Amino acid sequence: MNAQAKTRNLSWIVPTLYILFLLLPIYWLVNMSFKTNTEITATFTLIPQAPTLRNYQVIFTDPAWYSGYINSIIYVVLNTVISVTAALPAAYAFSRYRFLGDKHLFFWLLTNRMAPPAVFALPFFQLYSAFGLIDTHIAVAIAHCLFNVPLAVWILEGFMSGVPKEIDETAYIDGYSFPKFFVKIFMPLIASGIGVAAFFCFMFSWVELLIARTLTTTDAKPIAATMTRTVSASGMDWGVLAAAGVLTIIPGALVIWFVRNYIAKGFALGRV
Amino acid sequence: MSFSWMAWTLPTALFFLTILALIVAMGVWEYFSPGGNPRVGVLRFETTRGDRLFISLLGSAFIHLAWLGLVGPSLWWALALSLVYAVGVFRYV
Amino acid sequence: MNKTWNNKAWFMVLPVLVLVAFSAAIPLMTVVNYSVQDTFGNNQFFWAGTAWFEDVLESDRFWEALGRNLMFSGIILAIEIPLGILIALNMPKKGIGVPVCLVLMALPLLIPWNVVGTIWQVFGRVDIGLLGRGLAALGINYNYVNNVFDAWATLIVMDVWHWTSLVVLLCYAGLVSIPEAYYQAAKIDGASRWAVFRYIQLPKMKRVLLIAFLLRFMDSFMIYTEPFVVTGGGPGNSTTFLSIDLVKMAIGQFDLGPAAAMSIIYFLIILLLSWIFYTVMTSGDETA
Repeated sequence: MNAQAKTRNLSWIVPTLYILFLLLPIYWLVNMSFKTNTEITATFTLIPQAPTLRNYQVIFTDPAWYSGYINSIIYVVLNTVISVTAALPAAYAFSRYRFLGDKHLFFWLLTNRMAPPAVFALPFFQLYSAFGLIDTHIAVAIAHCLFNVPLAVWILEGFMSGVPKEIDETAYIDGYSFPKFFVKIFMPLIASGIGVAAFFCFMFSWVELLIARTLTTTDAKPIAATMTRTVSASGMDWGVLAAAGVLTIIPGALVIWFVRNYIAKGFALGRV
Repeated sequence: MSFSWMAWTLPTALFFLTILALIVAMGVWEYFSPGGNPRVGVLRFETTRGDRLFISLLGSAFIHLAWLGLVGPSLWWALALSLVYAVGVFRYV
Repeated sequence: MNKTWNNKAWFMVLPVLVLVAFSAAIPLMTVVNYSVQDTFGNNQFFWAGTAWFEDVLESDRFWEALGRNLMFSGIILAIEIPLGILIALNMPKKGIGVPVCLVLMALPLLIPWNVVGTIWQVFGRVDIGLLGRGLAALGINYNYVNNVFDAWATLIVMDVWHWTSLVVLLCYAGLVSIPEAYYQAAKIDGASRWAVFRYIQLPKMKRVLLIAFLLRFMDSFMIYTEPFVVTGGGPGNSTTFLSIDLVKMAIGQFDLGPAAAMSIIYFLIILLLSWIFYTVMTSGDETA
């Protein structure tokens, strides 16, 4: 008993050390973002000695910088809406019915989730050029559907299978039409599943860069790509680079906070 | 809108048409005799005939690659080998 | 659940099918077309047969990149999976600690991949980075730009930093699904900590661990952005993975044919792995 109490007391150490390890590089980035470039390169300080907001000011006043954020957010939101909307009926079909080729279709969807984006980079550019969609938000949003739609179907199917089929049947007996049943009764039942699916779509669209960069040149360029370009052009402005990095972390952090109670469940893809 | 960038050639077009025809044929077969004839074969997990087709095609791709890498560019023998392999898969897996 | 046989369900799947097929089937067919032809630009193509495939299969460049990919995946799996289990086992079970841990741990997962690269590039720099400076202060000669070992170490630590949380969260989700009664029964039997892990927790985590293992394997197998930002594939070619080489060839040098042939071989490997993944997972479904 005594030994067990001791291990319980010590068990907080492992996650704490791990979280410290996670936060250390982020701390360094935040630290740098409040320093001037001379302080970054000339001295080595653990906290900014002359804290400055100049780096953030550069970003918020220069359209080349802040439009990157707007672009990213536009295509990420578009992609999340398209992915979840398309995935909802499909996930319902997979969770409720058997149909010709269903298992193979499901597998085919998942293979797209697993295909390396590098393989698709070049033909994507050609394909979206042919449709005149290069450098538009919708192009990136549709391209990201390649890996987000299968994921959304997978997650939603897991949640929907947890809803007893009797609910569907009762609703039909009560005279509900399918669309009315789906929106009024079924969707509220799997609201947390929709939240988790949306979270994952947001996440993967937000962190992806290779495809987003390939499909955009100026008007829809994501912030992540703006970062690499502007920095190399202006000769290593470390402070602004750090500030831009910090700003890309914030939307993710906000989203996690909102879905924190579902994260563990979502990571198990509702299938544990 | 032009699709010339897709650079179609007769052999690749035939290749994809064959795959498409195979999938359609499997669909028709499945429609008239549903269930996919599931069974547990030598790999010790359940397969349907769709799974067997997939295993045959994927295996054939690797057979062709191996032939190309180890033997040489005359792929007709690799094709013959793949057909034998596919028959084996449909018979025993 | 008993599912009804109904082919009309196809209509519900149709939007997804169209959306994904547009982005998957057309590019894939294009890649196949490119792989058997040579081009000098201007949409003029010449039949090349299987020459590109032979080139790729014979080139050391391809096999070395493949070897590097496998080595990288092997190393990060050997670190991330045990570490993830260890952390998940020690996570708080209830109270305010749970959401705090989850949110902080999920943080690296939501950072854009090139920013992850930037963070570590800056963090590891000898002149301005905390890690580089710290190691130099300890007398360790560390420089990820010139030294192959240091470059690899940086990429591995970065990947552990970036993705171990995924393993932790998956394992944690598996652990919380174990009913409290199991632990109480184990306590009554006087089971040791190890026995509880071996006979209660590990079996319950088996499926999530499998998911974690395969997801990590496949994602690390197609890693691109982070090493591209940190090392750019160098020093030399020592961290040039398949994806990096592929993009270099296709977009940098515009060698469509060889790049397409390599894409297809790469894709076939991934397809085989995905199929094994899917088969193992779904056959687990039926027995469970």
